[in-house]
Amino acid sequence: MKLHEYQSKQIFSRYGIPIPNGRIATTADEARNIAIELGGRVVIKSQVLVGGRGKAGGIRLAKDPHDAEETATQILAMEIKGLPVRKVLVDEAAIISKEIYLGITNDRAARKPVMMASSAGGVEIEEVARTTPEKIIKAHIDPLLGLKDYQARDIAIGIDLPKQHWKLFNQIANGLWHAYLDCDATLAEINPLVITEDNRLIALDGKMLLDDNALFRHPDLAELRDLDVEAPAEIEARKYGLSFIKLDGDIGCMVNGAGLAMTTMDIIKLFGGEPANFLDIGGGAGSDKVAAAMKIILTDANVKAVLLNIFGGITRCDEVARGILVALAEVKPKVPMVVRLVGTNAEEGRKLLSDAKMITADTLADAAQKAVNAVKTVKAGR
Amino acid sequence: MSILINKNTRLIVHGITGNEGLFHTTQMVAYGTNVVAGMTPAKGGEWVIEGKIPVFDSVKVAVEATGANTSCIFVPARFAADSIYEAADAGITLIVCITEGIPVQDMMRVRNYLDQKKVRLVGPNCPGLLTPGEAKVGIIPGNIAIPGNVGVVSRSGTLTYEVLYALMIIGRGVSTCVGIGGDPINGTNFIDTLTMFESDPQTEKIVMIGEIGGTDEEKAAEFITRHMTKPVVSFIAGQTAPPGKRMGHAGAIVEGGSGLASDKIKALQAAGVRVATHPEEIPSLLF
Repeated sequence: MKLHEYQSKQIFSRYGIPIPNGRIATTADEARNIAIELGGRVVIKSQVLVGGRGKAGGIRLAKDPHDAEETATQILAMEIKGLPVRKVLVDEAAIISKEIYLGITNDRAARKPVMMASSAGGVEIEEVARTTPEKIIKAHIDPLLGLKDYQARDIAIGIDLPKQHWKLFNQIANGLWHAYLDCDATLAEINPLVITEDNRLIALDGKMLLDDNALFRHPDLAELRDLDVEAPAEIEARKYGLSFIKLDGDIGCMVNGAGLAMTTMDIIKLFGGEPANFLDIGGGAGSDKVAAAMKIILTDANVKAVLLNIFGGITRCDEVARGILVALAEVKPKVPMVVRLVGTNAEEGRKLLSDAKMITADTLADAAQKAVNAVKTVKAGR
Repeated sequence: MSILINKNTRLIVHGITGNEGLFHTTQMVAYGTNVVAGMTPAKGGEWVIEGKIPVFDSVKVAVEATGANTSCIFVPARFAADSIYEAADAGITLIVCITEGIPVQDMMRVRNYLDQKKVRLVGPNCPGLLTPGEAKVGIIPGNIAIPGNVGVVSRSGTLTYEVLYALMIIGRGVSTCVGIGGDPINGTNFIDTLTMFESDPQTEKIVMIGEIGGTDEEKAAEFITRHMTKPVVSFIAGQTAPPGKRMGHAGAIVEGGSGLASDKIKALQAAGVRVATHPEEIPSLLF
């Protein structure tokens, strides 16, 4: 789950990281009032969960409160990469003399958190990693010990930070570590951390990604989820504990198990089709879950055929078949359905479905081919 | 021979009184696994599975009383890390964690703690282990595999079942099947398992099933080039997965251009591994 810039910076601030004075506004009027409070010159920053806000014109300087009002009016009317701007952050404008990158993320290969810094701030770290990897200074953090002061110092040395800033930098690095730790973040990033003309260190922009699996211990953070970035079907799927991702193709997929669900997408493509979604109904799914999954697939108007691929292990094929029958009775789909049931209670499952006018398949390859052909037939019939 | 589990396995099931725990313990016992104890806090003193298996409040006490040497964990994600620590501290040498959805920071602490001890963790978020004809620890259905000489290692559950089943249909069997799990931080990786298969006399050929996310398959490819004498056949799931999206498994995600299926396939092919275009092709590449 992604947090907005203003949410991330508020968290950082609680951990002793200096952030610019500023507040969030939902109207141009509010933006003007905040600009008056802050003494005139401000930055108006759209709060949408996509990269490239600046390039899209979603971050702009305003020289006075009147200008702030006008700029906020324009930005609040914008859509950036398909997302509506509902809020703007109005921050006092800083005069920047240097930009730094500072972030913590999970290093999967090292199985440890890693703190990364670069003297090339303000640019995406992936870009720095691609073009000038030597400019990235890294320190792996022992998750049982936490960040050590010497590690923060080594990073300061590595990015040529003037000595006068080391003490505050250490405080910022430690604050970022504790924010990352306490929020169960998978990424906590300050980009840029700036040295101002009057020699202060300020976190000008902030970003946090949180571990969805840890939200149970952070109900306050879970409430911050911005549903604008998620497809409605994905939100609906989460309610039923289904793992669903919408894609652009026309063959709807319902599969048990994440690896098999990915493989089903791959094999559809291999035989010349395009999957409409990734959907894992999970292990041991009952008929209600299957029915919910079927409805979600069929609400996608692009879907011209559905492929159900169930390998019964823990999930029993007869149970899934019952769910399919419930869903068919409710949804009355008009598209062809290809079904493959293998494993535990597959015979019983097939028997239950024998009157349901579904296309049956024995192997994965056979199922994929039949689904692809079904779409061709539907298209030819138009 | 086989790897990790066999007839000498003495299993304790964490969360044995829960729905999942009880169901799968029944299956494991029916398969012939020697389940010697269960563990559920505050249920100590009870007996389950027709009064045959004692339940304990503490793994340490269970180990002392029953000589358990292997743990299988079914407890909910929020308690799973604690269960792993408890098993490790009680002297268990093999921990199989089935639980899905453990916070990744918990797993980083767990892994770094276990690295200081002599204990192997398999999983989490995995289907467990199956040595056909001898024992199963976890949730892999016992009826879809027969004993044989193919070692199977995989990051996915049902996809593995497909392969076991496809092998069984043509009369081919498996030495041990190892589900290493779909999480970004796990206890046992491909290289660990390949090492064990290489030195296991029963295993003659290996099937390795990977998926998008991370670079474990690439590292395994390097390892295969340098150390493996036994043939390896592979399949990588997620060639059509869009970047930046988590495909069901916490670890199945292409991030910052890393973790692509195409890179993994390329690396494996360069190491002489035959990579199947779909899982049903695997038996024909093996035999």
